[in-house]
Amino acid sequence: MIPPASLRSVEMRGITKRFPGVTANDGVDFTAAPGEIHALLGENGAGKSTLMKILYGFYAPDAGEIRVHGTHKVWRSPGDALRAGLGMVFQQFMLVPSLSVVQNVLLALPPRGWRLDERAAASRLAAEAARYGMAVHPRAQVWQLGVGEQQRVEILKLLARGAGILILDEPTAVLTPQEAHSLFATLRRLADEGRTVIVITHKLSEVMAVSDRVTVLRAGRVVGTIPTARTSLWDLARMMVGRESFDLQDRAPVPPGPVVLEIRHLWADGDRGRDALRDVSLDVRAGEIVGVAGVAGNGQRELAEVVAGLRRPTRGRICIAGSTLAGADPRAAIRAGLGHVPEDRLGTGVAPHLSVADNLVLKRYREAAFGRGPRLDRAAVNEAARGLIEAYGIQTPSPDAPAGALSGGNLQRLILAREISAHPQALVAFHPTRGLDIAATEAVHRALLDQRPRGTGVLLISEDLDEVLQLSDRVAVLCGGRVMAVARPGDVTVEQIGLLMGGAREALSGTTA
Amino acid sequence: MSPAAVAVLAAAVRAGTPVLFATLGEIFAERSGVLNLGVEGMMLVGALAGFVTTVRTGHPWLGLLAAAAAGAALSLVHAVLSISLRANQIASGLALTIFGTGLSASLGRSYIGVPAAGFQPFPLPGLGDIPILGPMLFRQDALVYLSYALVAAAWYALYRTRWGLELRAVGERPEAADAMGVDVARVRYGCVAIGGVLAGVGGAYLSTAYTSMWIENMTAGRGWIAVALVIFATWDPLRAVLGAYLFGGVNALQLYLQASGTGLPVYLLLMAPYVFTMVVLVIATRGTVRRRLGTPAALSLSYSRDGG
Ligand SMILES: Nc1ncnc2c1ncn2[C@@H]1O[C@H](COP(=O)(O)OP(=O)(O)OP(=O)(O)O)[C@@H](O)[C@H]1O
Ligand SMILES: [Mg+2]
Repeated sequence: MIPPASLRSVEMRGITKRFPGVTANDGVDFTAAPGEIHALLGENGAGKSTLMKILYGFYAPDAGEIRVHGTHKVWRSPGDALRAGLGMVFQQFMLVPSLSVVQNVLLALPPRGWRLDERAAASRLAAEAARYGMAVHPRAQVWQLGVGEQQRVEILKLLARGAGILILDEPTAVLTPQEAHSLFATLRRLADEGRTVIVITHKLSEVMAVSDRVTVLRAGRVVGTIPTARTSLWDLARMMVGRESFDLQDRAPVPPGPVVLEIRHLWADGDRGRDALRDVSLDVRAGEIVGVAGVAGNGQRELAEVVAGLRRPTRGRICIAGSTLAGADPRAAIRAGLGHVPEDRLGTGVAPHLSVADNLVLKRYREAAFGRGPRLDRAAVNEAARGLIEAYGIQTPSPDAPAGALSGGNLQRLILAREISAHPQALVAFHPTRGLDIAATEAVHRALLDQRPRGTGVLLISEDLDEVLQLSDRVAVLCGGRVMAVARPGDVTVEQIGLLMGGAREALSGTTA
Repeated sequence: MSPAAVAVLAAAVRAGTPVLFATLGEIFAERSGVLNLGVEGMMLVGALAGFVTTVRTGHPWLGLLAAAAAGAALSLVHAVLSISLRANQIASGLALTIFGTGLSASLGRSYIGVPAAGFQPFPLPGLGDIPILGPMLFRQDALVYLSYALVAAAWYALYRTRWGLELRAVGERPEAADAMGVDVARVRYGCVAIGGVLAGVGGAYLSTAYTSMWIENMTAGRGWIAVALVIFATWDPLRAVLGAYLFGGVNALQLYLQASGTGLPVYLLLMAPYVFTMVVLVIATRGTVRRRLGTPAALSLSYSRDGG
């Protein structure tokens, strides 16, 4: 089923790319053909993004060659790849937030004279948007858009440019199930038109649902390329992970203790408007996981930020293990016993330029164990770090490597290791598994469940409903900044929760827990 | 309006013009993401180059070209250091100012007290006769008229040309511009050079139009005022005009008060324009929202495709 050479639009041979301390791609062969959706599957750090950044001219390979429609290519910059008809939607979107949608599209179009023709670009954008049924606001500034719409802009700008080979790096990581569904429909249409569509993912179900062929990467090498129709979820999982079992451990019942996190009549403004949180009250007891479900943008971020002391509430109060927090003071929250696993791992979660070891002790370096007075005991820091790296399976070239160089999954392991090792009374975890692969997700889930017998109360905020229902002792549903209901997972159906997320309070009349 | 008031207003425009040139130039550099604190040094070197060339050739326009070239040459040092070698932009810019100050002082020693035939004011036909506005704006020298055209050109280039879009993208998110095929380093080099050219021209204005002589350290901190006005202007050329003329206005007023003998200490009066600029800056940028407004997100950050 490998297409004959004449039909290959993309051909990569023997691609090798080394970063300091790690070989991200090791002699990788990859081909894709017009008309197919080709999934590139692999765990965090497998080298998927690196391979596609090489194809798009963002990185130069250390070895290997690239052919596009049979012609040997050496890219000097992404501009070369763009001109050759490639287009890539990066894991971190490449839009200029302060520019309008149309201006971002203009930036992608080939230069035509030195004057800006916003009108021509707008009509081009409108035409593509109408053709593929992707709604966008052309005059809005990009920072005002939700992630789903930003992604549509990314795709549309490449289509307006006329890209025949499209690369999407984990496009569903930021989407709701509905948005993901319509994205897949669009991708299928693009492939049917004869374009080459390459989708990076680590979600097996997506591979099965959307792709024609799949190439599996593990630790920088190709495990295999096979037609999707001739494989199964289990085969793919085995290829990707290189082992057989991935079940979650059991969760023994833990009697809930005293309230460790008390949220009372909390109001807060959001970045884009007033009253992102409206009169939210919620308790988390020791040894209990309370999940917060909801569609993105219904106050989850503000809730996490207020609890972590990163955002000032307009009304209401928060108590952590008995001490009331006033205003926005993250240090006070930490002292009161709060652990925080933030949404933005790289920005808020770690200091990317500091070493892995330093990041691991970032919250505890004032402790006596790490030195007296102003002196930091490096040996003690390194020893503690090595222990945590081992215990949490953090894959890093060394404890001294900068944290910013870790892959998403390893970054999250680092953050969890740091937060949990500080023995918090309450732990807020915001999208703890977003963008993580099976193994990393499993590790995070285990770490969260481990908090129950230790008597830590966990507030788990996640868009992944399955995750919330699987881990939580109680589930709160947020919609429009309000708590619609609090229920035990066993007492409600997924459909009821879905309705509550959509704002239909009557879905659960009477039930509270 | 009394003739004296009109004269002060006309003097305000003149005093604001060198700062306006430099501010416009720095707006381009910073919009592309490069902070250049060498404005003061580039102005001084431009002032001397412009003055020397004017004295030697007798042509102030040749002096202007020399000033532009000198400013550009100095700015390219900063460009190489901060863009290609990814040095710290603050350190590199400060070094440029120290270097330019010293260089102009030592090379200019023999020109102190030498007279030059610089730019002379002339009324624009028709416009010069408008009451108040005429004498204020249209009985100036050629460089002032050039600065009017430049403000319009700068605005147009920033907001209405492809290049302007690219440079704004480069200053906001260089990696996004790069991914769309924009040559980040090239755009930044161009913008830093524009900053150098305009700082040089601003300097030449001081030595060949505002006064026609060379005095050591004659910019007297105007380069720093320009850096501050960029923030006041929220990186917008039109608002830069306002800031520059406000600075010029206080300057003109203080000169007038000196001349008319109010008895206020001269040093206090000399200080006034700088204090005023600081106060205006604080007022104009107070509040977190305003402070974030317009700041190029990638300002003073070097860019590389790591691993590229
Ligand atoms: N710019 C870089 N500098 C240093 N190391 C890097 C860089 N980019 C990637 N790496 C390393 O290369 C390896 C492969 O990373 P890559 O981002 O390609 O993985 P991935 O398969 O896309 O993972 P994920 O699913 O987390 O996005 C990782 O170990 C990562 O830490
Ligand atoms: Mg990736």
